[in-house]
Amino acid sequence: MGECEMPGVLAAAGGAQFSFINVAVALLMVAVAVGLSFWERLSLERDILLACVRAFVQLLAIGYVIQLVFDSGSFWFVLLLLGAMVLFATITSGRRLRPVPGAYAIAGVSIALAATFTIVLLVGLGVIPGTARYVVPLGGMVVGNAMNIVSVVGVRLKEEMEGERRSIEASLALAASPAQAARPSLRRAARVAMLPIIDNTKTIGLVFLPGAMTGMILAGDDPLDAVKLQAIVMYMLIGTVAIAASCAGLLVQRRLFTRDSQLRRVTAR
Amino acid sequence: MDGARRLAVEGLTLEVTTDGGTVRRLLDDVSFAVGEGSVFVVVGPSGSGKSSLLRCLNRLSEPTHGNVTLDGVDVSRLPVRELRRRAGMVFQHPTLFPGTIADNVLYGPLVRDALPEDPAAFVRQQLELVGLPADWVEHPVDDLSGGEAQRVALARALANDPDVLLLDEPTAALDRGAAGRIEHLLLDLAARTGLTYVWVTHDLDQARRVGDSGLVLVDGRVVERGPPAQLLAEPSEEVTRLFVAGELTVGDVIEKRSDTEPERLAEDREGLSDGRV
Repeated sequence: MGECEMPGVLAAAGGAQFSFINVAVALLMVAVAVGLSFWERLSLERDILLACVRAFVQLLAIGYVIQLVFDSGSFWFVLLLLGAMVLFATITSGRRLRPVPGAYAIAGVSIALAATFTIVLLVGLGVIPGTARYVVPLGGMVVGNAMNIVSVVGVRLKEEMEGERRSIEASLALAASPAQAARPSLRRAARVAMLPIIDNTKTIGLVFLPGAMTGMILAGDDPLDAVKLQAIVMYMLIGTVAIAASCAGLLVQRRLFTRDSQLRRVTAR
Repeated sequence: MDGARRLAVEGLTLEVTTDGGTVRRLLDDVSFAVGEGSVFVVVGPSGSGKSSLLRCLNRLSEPTHGNVTLDGVDVSRLPVRELRRRAGMVFQHPTLFPGTIADNVLYGPLVRDALPEDPAAFVRQQLELVGLPADWVEHPVDDLSGGEAQRVALARALANDPDVLLLDEPTAALDRGAAGRIEHLLLDLAARTGLTYVWVTHDLDQARRVGDSGLVLVDGRVVERGPPAQLLAEPSEEVTRLFVAGELTVGDVIEKRSDTEPERLAEDREGLSDGRV
């Protein structure tokens, strides 16, 4: 889920003020985590500290970048920022899809297609205003969720098809096309990847209060407005994720066969 | 060899790149021809490249060099799905698809968009052909015995109306009784239908019983060829003599390739496709 993308920005968008002292005090909780890790000998202290430093630096950087984009008022900057997000997402997902041939291209096409379609549709239909304040944070969520689903579908499909090698080759030997032979694997991989977001959508509000809504409430907005935005976000993400999953699934499946309908052997190097 | 040439293999070589990046030659300059309606056996110890050879015939693997012709046509010029319809394959493990016997038998016609007018009658006909009860059409496949499952796999391959059957150790995973019955069924089918077989086996006695002609494959190379009864009774090569005497074990073959690799890897390697990425 994309809730964790940039709640701080959303919070700051309203009126609530946080100083860096607040942030520093919140670090107490990190100290608790580090202490527990040390106590339980989990050896995660270094990882936890590094993750927290990284998160802070990255959030600060994106905060300034977003501020810059807002101040400039140029839509080109918005596109540039979204493009950079897609690029980082592509590198992250593409790495997961290796060693499938064309791993990065598959990730890039799937993420860009899903994100573009969703944002253009929502702005075009007037569901969200086409301004930086809406397009940037929602675009970030869309790209982040597309990235996650592409990684999950791709990795899962690789494993499924490697595990179902015998069955797939039995199909091919019966004159099935690669798409026909891989269909059961593709169906399983896509289902597994889609389940978390469907379950999240089902239990939203019961189990957890999602990030966009939390951010708006924290920022002092009307809870009902926050709910409407959150509903838009959830519906938007389901569509995005379905597009990204189908696209990545089809492309990975195609690239796991040679042009002569032979199943490739994909092993991690 | 009786009748016209159905299948001819010329200078077939298959190389794969392993994890370490080294090139391994699984098949080395293999040539042979199979007459229409005959049973050609490929015999050799496990890890010798028999399965790889069979996989090159229906292009589940792509040979590095050499060519294969089916009825005089180079198979690389045939649409690959047409080739696989005409050269059906039965594996050591039946690998049935989940569902009913009908789902399995009709899979080939279904994916080719060539379902018969009366599918149930068609399946009944195939079941009779392989000696299964005709009323098993809607029988689920998950409670079949090994022998029954292999009969369904055979019916599934026959449903595509092939000219050639590629049999990859079709009885090796079965107990002795079932193995004997499947062997008998296959011979009976060949006699009734005029199908051509390329039959891979590591079982010398089976090779003698079923083969009209054949070859011995050791370490990817042809070391003997001729009628199985003769070539295995009077081997001209030392390596064949060792194999027939049961003195050439998997370990020996592996040792020549590498000092450390266990047997399992040798079998995996047989299944390697060329499409490493």
